[in-house]
Amino acid sequence: MSRTPRILAWTALAAVILLAFLPQFADRYYIQLFTRIMSSAIFAMSLGLLVSGAGLVSLGHAMFFGLGAYLLVFFSPGDEGAAIWWALPATMAAAAIAALIIGALAVRTSGIYFIMLTLAFGEMLFYLFHDSKLLGGSDGLYVNFRPTVAAFGRDLLSLDDRPTLFYVALVLMVATYLGIGMLLKAPFGRAILGIRVNEQRMKALGYNVYAYKLVVFAIAGALAALAGFLYATQYRSVNPVLFSWRESGLVLMMVILGGLRSRLGPAIGAFALVLVQEALQAVTDDWLIAFGVFVIVVVLLLPNGLAELAGKLTPDRLAKAANDG
Amino acid sequence: MDPVFFLIQVLNGVQYGLLLFLIASGLTLVFGILQVINLAHGSFYMVGAYLAFWFTARSGSLWIAILGGLPLALALGFVIERLMIRFLYRRDHLTQVLLTYGLILIFNEAQRIIFGSDPHSVTVPQIFEGSIRLTDTLSYPIYRLAVSGVCLILVMAMIFVIQKTRLGMYVRAGSVNREMVQLLGVDVGQLSTLVFATGAGLAALAGMVAAPLSSVYPGIGEHILIICFVIVVIGGIGSIKGAFIAALLVGLADTFGKVVVPEFASMSVYAVMAAILLWRPQGLFGRAG
Amino acid sequence: MTRQIKDKNLRLTRRAVLGGAAAAAAASTFPAPFVLAQSAKLKVGLMLPYSGTYAALGNNIADALILAVNEKGGKLGGREVEYVRLDDESEPAKGAQNANKLVVGEKVDILVGTVHSGVAAAMVQVVREEGTTLLIPNAGVGDATGKLCAPNIFRTSFSNWQPGYPMGKVAAEMGHKNAVSITWKYAAGEESVQGFKDGFATGGGKVTHDLRVPFPDVEFQALLTEIASIKPDCVYTFFAGGGAVKFVKDYDAAGLKKSIPLYGPGFLTDGTLKAQGASAEGLLTTLHYVEDLKNPINDKFKADFQKATGRPVDVYAVQGYDTGQVLVHGLAAVKGDAKAKKEFYAAMKSFKVSSPRGEWTFSKSQNPVQDFYLRKVENGENRYQKVAVKALAEPTEACKMA
Repeated sequence: MSRTPRILAWTALAAVILLAFLPQFADRYYIQLFTRIMSSAIFAMSLGLLVSGAGLVSLGHAMFFGLGAYLLVFFSPGDEGAAIWWALPATMAAAAIAALIIGALAVRTSGIYFIMLTLAFGEMLFYLFHDSKLLGGSDGLYVNFRPTVAAFGRDLLSLDDRPTLFYVALVLMVATYLGIGMLLKAPFGRAILGIRVNEQRMKALGYNVYAYKLVVFAIAGALAALAGFLYATQYRSVNPVLFSWRESGLVLMMVILGGLRSRLGPAIGAFALVLVQEALQAVTDDWLIAFGVFVIVVVLLLPNGLAELAGKLTPDRLAKAANDG
Repeated sequence: MDPVFFLIQVLNGVQYGLLLFLIASGLTLVFGILQVINLAHGSFYMVGAYLAFWFTARSGSLWIAILGGLPLALALGFVIERLMIRFLYRRDHLTQVLLTYGLILIFNEAQRIIFGSDPHSVTVPQIFEGSIRLTDTLSYPIYRLAVSGVCLILVMAMIFVIQKTRLGMYVRAGSVNREMVQLLGVDVGQLSTLVFATGAGLAALAGMVAAPLSSVYPGIGEHILIICFVIVVIGGIGSIKGAFIAALLVGLADTFGKVVVPEFASMSVYAVMAAILLWRPQGLFGRAG
Repeated sequence: MTRQIKDKNLRLTRRAVLGGAAAAAAASTFPAPFVLAQSAKLKVGLMLPYSGTYAALGNNIADALILAVNEKGGKLGGREVEYVRLDDESEPAKGAQNANKLVVGEKVDILVGTVHSGVAAAMVQVVREEGTTLLIPNAGVGDATGKLCAPNIFRTSFSNWQPGYPMGKVAAEMGHKNAVSITWKYAAGEESVQGFKDGFATGGGKVTHDLRVPFPDVEFQALLTEIASIKPDCVYTFFAGGGAVKFVKDYDAAGLKKSIPLYGPGFLTDGTLKAQGASAEGLLTTLHYVEDLKNPINDKFKADFQKATGRPVDVYAVQGYDTGQVLVHGLAAVKGDAKAKKEFYAAMKSFKVSSPRGEWTFSKSQNPVQDFYLRKVENGENRYQKVAVKALAEPTEACKMA
């Protein structure tokens, strides 16, 4: 992935600052809507790491998101909230382990076969949770009490308070972005990028390509579980459809829509997808067709996704357009 | 299991597999030869089913539906290829996924606006009405056997065209090396349109033929799409022979899964695919690497 | 298929709504004085499927609800009503977000919804947290009036267990001793089969095999062959919509209809008869409604609904209508003050609903206690045979209120 162009980076920073002030002036509805968008952004970024970083296109990534959501349910005792200090790391660790197991099999393939294999595992997990009464069945499960953020016997934060949850999501989203950035700049990340560009060469250079892919698959799984954990914290109800290929397809759409060449792409895609849908729903009852058209237009006109728009709108480009036009 | 019923279950599996092949054959053609992932393939199946409903509701005959509907479906495939798909040949798989996903949304909405959301029925053609008695409790609908027959004929026709005709040769060559074929004077653009339209037509034909069996309602396209991809991948992308074997395998796995391991029946098809991919990552008859 | 209702009083598109959302966002900083709020419009959120496979159900419920309110003057407790529609697309993954949109975004006073149980499960969570009044006009998910019951959650339809129980009882009365159950592997199917099992057991019947089809698979051949090899006295099935059409047709085509009777809850033959054709003739089902029920309320409702919407009634319309009636009664008792929850809920809970389906009341868990009828398909229509079970209540051990 290329370095984020200057204008895009500044826009993103401005957006984050704006978000930070959102709870002060916006209606409760928008606070929780953006909380949802931010957990989707984390989910999308985790897939972006796999797709744009390592070149592994997964059509089953939602299985880790779903796992994160369901693990919160399982870790929450019936009469009080789980302590976030251990529940969240445990969720991410469990998801990473699941990803290592599944990845051990899946990462052996590549290209379309990897896509289909991840799809298969995703569907198997979907049916596992959907068909089994023990795991909740088709109507899903509930979190009775949100996780607690407490220390020394005192509550530090109440996640029942919407603005608080919003800020937690915001911090986690920014942390995910920065974390992925640091990962990609580190030697490990450089190797991953190298594998995406030319796997054969990396093999020839002596890298254990399989191991690297496996680890990045596990990291992406853990991050997806983080997003799922947030989702379950927000809504307190989970359903097996969270594992399904439709959800995997949706998050893949966000990544592609946002732009595969930009590290901000997945987050942009997440915000764009939800906000465009909200906007279209406000305008017409037949919004699905309008949305389908929107998707097709973006694909045909912006081969590198929405992030490309920023590149096209740099000051010198705008000046040039003004001169030409 | 009683031997008689075992054989009947084999028959069930084979018959289901043949129908699946009919639907999946178009996908493996488009995917293998054009290298395009077309998520809207299931939508063409749905288009065929709704066309069958529309024509039979007006004319009372499935034959007329097929005669009238098939050219329409081919035309639709032609138009979509010209307007959108041809921009995807140079693009990566992900872009194709995204664009054809947008297509699905449009198709679904169009279906809802034109036909509404109620389930509909298509009547079986008269000569195939009725069932053959197999045991004292079970009969087998003649139409299902007819459908299997149609699928078999189509398999043979497809293999004949691809392997033994000049057109088939161009198509196979084009899938391996597009530029070379172009240099040899073949209009690759027209070839691509033909292949895509044929793929769409096959899916639509499957939809029409299956409509009396499965009833027509929103969402039938998506459900069949996943199974199609599974079949294409198991068989090896671009291989008609592979798709045929894979379809039979999936049909049998699905049938016996439901009866022998009902606890895991939902996953049986995916488990089979995972097992095969882990053994032969390129599918049964796919080109390695 | 139309979404608009002919009566111009009932204009309710989402466009009207989100103008409201923008206004709400702007107005959120200006709290309305109490007096103003009282005479302000009462907002009723209708979260239902208006697209997809269940669109017909969603539309019927919404239109019938509004019809019920309009019959009593178009006001609830003396207040003007603003209906806010939201298409939930029967998508459980978006259920919570959609419910939030109405409850938190639109700030509806009353939430009505939905058809799909997975979505309803998410709605239940949202209203349990926000305290909004919820009326469920269809979704049969047992937990809503079971484990997760709450004073602010009412259901005017049925719980999945209910329609199965009478069928089991009837099957036992007819002398069947064993049965095979077949349905999709999902909660609604399992709960329905459990109802059948309980009813069947009252007459000493036993379900020997539970056959399950992965959801939403409609390839039944393998299991039909299984049924043929088991040779049970009868078969109990739960499918709906396109699945019901295919199953009934396949069952007939496999020659099973002649030798092994097929039973199911009314959803098997609801909205599907035209597509099922001759294959459905003679099928016996049980449900809390049948179109040719002889009572004056049913006659009037059928005529009015047909006139207002151009469509014939079905059980979903009846459920929507009753939801409207319950709201009218409840809000009249508190003179439109939806915030007077204690009195509001007490009024609704004690209401004897004069419904097209006959008279019914709420159980302690706030689910209908109602009669179930045996119906037979004759000449392409469901016809009343007799009362299968009178005043059936769902089992209420799980609900803490009961």
